Amino acid sequence: MFPASSLCECSMNAITQPDSLGHWGPYGGRFVPETLMAPLEELTAAYAAAREDETFQSELDQLLRDYAGRPTPLFFAQRLTEHCGGARIYLKREDLLHTGAHKINNTLGQILLARRMGKRRIIAETGAGQHGVATATVCALFGLECVVYMGAEDMRRQALNVFRMQLLGAEVREVDAGSRTLKDAINEALRDWVTNVADTYYLLGSALGPHPYPLIVRDFQSVIGREARAQIAGKENRLPDCLIACVGGGSNSICLFHPFLGDESVKMIGVEAGGRGNELGEHAARFNSNGGGRPGVLQGTMSYVLQDERGQIAMTHSISAGLDYPSIGPEHAFLHDEGRVEYTSVSDDEALDAFQLLSKLEGIIPALESAHAVAHAIKVAREMKSDQIMIVNLSGRGDKDIDSARNKIITEDAEKISRR
Amino acid sequence: MSRIAEAFTNLKRAGRKGFIPFITAGDPDLRTTKELIVELARAGATVIELGIPFSDPMADGPVIQRASERALRHGFGIADVLEIVSEARGETDVPVILFSYFNPLLQFCVEGRTSPPSKQIGLEAGLVRPGVDFEKLASEAKRAGVDGVLVTDLVPEEAIEFASVLKATDLDLIFLVAPTSTDERLKMIAERTSGFIYAVSRAGVTGAREEMNVEAEKLVNRVRRFSPLPVAVGFGISKPEQVRDVWRYADGAVVGSAIVQLVEKSVNSADVVIKVGEFARHLAAGS
Repeated sequence: MFPASSLCECSMNAITQPDSLGHWGPYGGRFVPETLMAPLEELTAAYAAAREDETFQSELDQLLRDYAGRPTPLFFAQRLTEHCGGARIYLKREDLLHTGAHKINNTLGQILLARRMGKRRIIAETGAGQHGVATATVCALFGLECVVYMGAEDMRRQALNVFRMQLLGAEVREVDAGSRTLKDAINEALRDWVTNVADTYYLLGSALGPHPYPLIVRDFQSVIGREARAQIAGKENRLPDCLIACVGGGSNSICLFHPFLGDESVKMIGVEAGGRGNELGEHAARFNSNGGGRPGVLQGTMSYVLQDERGQIAMTHSISAGLDYPSIGPEHAFLHDEGRVEYTSVSDDEALDAFQLLSKLEGIIPALESAHAVAHAIKVAREMKSDQIMIVNLSGRGDKDIDSARNKIITEDAEKISRR
Repeated sequence: MSRIAEAFTNLKRAGRKGFIPFITAGDPDLRTTKELIVELARAGATVIELGIPFSDPMADGPVIQRASERALRHGFGIADVLEIVSEARGETDVPVILFSYFNPLLQFCVEGRTSPPSKQIGLEAGLVRPGVDFEKLASEAKRAGVDGVLVTDLVPEEAIEFASVLKATDLDLIFLVAPTSTDERLKMIAERTSGFIYAVSRAGVTGAREEMNVEAEKLVNRVRRFSPLPVAVGFGISKPEQVRDVWRYADGAVVGSAIVQLVEKSVNSADVVIKVGEFARHLAAGS
């Protein structure tokens, strides 16, 4: 149908590159205190130079291969496919990477950048703990000081990851403000950065924040989509019909989607956290305009933000700590308005069902974040034809979620039994 | 001449330096905020910074974070703050500037709209997003007697349309300069700011410090090469001695967290206004 070579090369669409200040249409940019402007400009320049530097790229490629475990497999999920009775479902196995999630792709890239910039102290925020673990890991690898900010609520529900970070030599600082989740951890990390900007590198974990972070994170993570593109060409000799990924800040999704944006036939769906209801505070679905999502400015960037009518940022809820954030990467906002990517949400309960289903059908326990993508994939695959192809990004593994899932499942089972 | 420019000109003529207090609107409540504005003016404030509380004050230390939380519990909006300024205008003509994060101001200008700001591609940085009516904020603020606006997380590059609307309404837009600002940035900011220039004394968040460092003085001297405007120094100033020290090289000293902390301590006492007034008189006198 297509020559394989053109299938492997992505057609980069010009509209997916931001302007020099990091704007995708009206979104993105730099909404930060003046103190951070010079450091952001310094970072932009350092990144531009690194991008052109073959030594940098080859060192990164080698680390991704020998340390992180790339390429990750593209696995045909036969039993899940049969269960749905529709499209052929492939799973991009980012869960098999070192540290258990896609986050390591970005932290390896940024730690090389930090080292290149001569920074000795690394700070990061974390929600589910996956980015915190991935940051602590690369800091251990390069012998750099590491401080990770984490919301108190997230520390409670992701206790295993807190211990992993400490084991890796990082200092985890509890953030006891606001909703005590990812948003508050980012505020605190920004406060640290603005105070210690001279010797500190802020290793941001998602395609969020002020320019150039959304661009840097997207570029470092886009290896996911590039690999998937080559792999599906090898297996099926054609482009996929549909890509599905969960969207918290949006790094795993934008990076699966990005190399396919120029391919009109490829449908893309981002899955947000529908939480436990449609009211403000019950979910983290930023594109749900009835649920309080609309354009605004939070933490350095203009994007869709869950907020009240006065512009105060709303509380969010999701069973998954990694999706529990009131804003979304600016490129997603742009792709949403353009209509290029469809965004939807699934509830806590649907994600939990998918979490169990994938475990039983494929022997793969997904992260609760990724389970959101799986839950929606099941709905969509059913409506597709058996000769159509879907790729689902399995962004992380579920070990970290075992405790919270067990508690929820046991409680629900007990409720079912008591109702009988 | 704007009321802010006039205030600094009068000071200069009298051979004096400026004192700029900051308070968070609605802390402990809006009624008290109005009384505090009047009292701070009587105590000798050159300009008063009125903080608009925000749920995510990423540039603020713990004291102002807590003040924002206290204020937000009352559930008021920008319109209510403007109403308070308007009432205070009956008793004082000291210049008042709104000190805010961008999102509450932006949402005030898109209130009632849920549609995306634009479908256009390639909008230049800082240009107006369709559906955003900055004139609403500018005209209502002007009418209430506000003199200027300072937005913590809005740099000149992102403020092109906002700045032009404020200018057309004769409101000053005050930008920050920081020790990390390059000369190139100082020059650009100096060209775009009006009223005065706010020099951040050090890299960091707001909050009192025992010692003022030499960075602030260096920064003020650097920025003077690019602008004839008055320069005020803020962040970390909490005592009259520090105010006096800043006066050696700058035109004004901003005191925020120390005043807000006093409000916090006196939150349940009837004489919060008197206490803040007393403290402000010491600060304004630099002794």
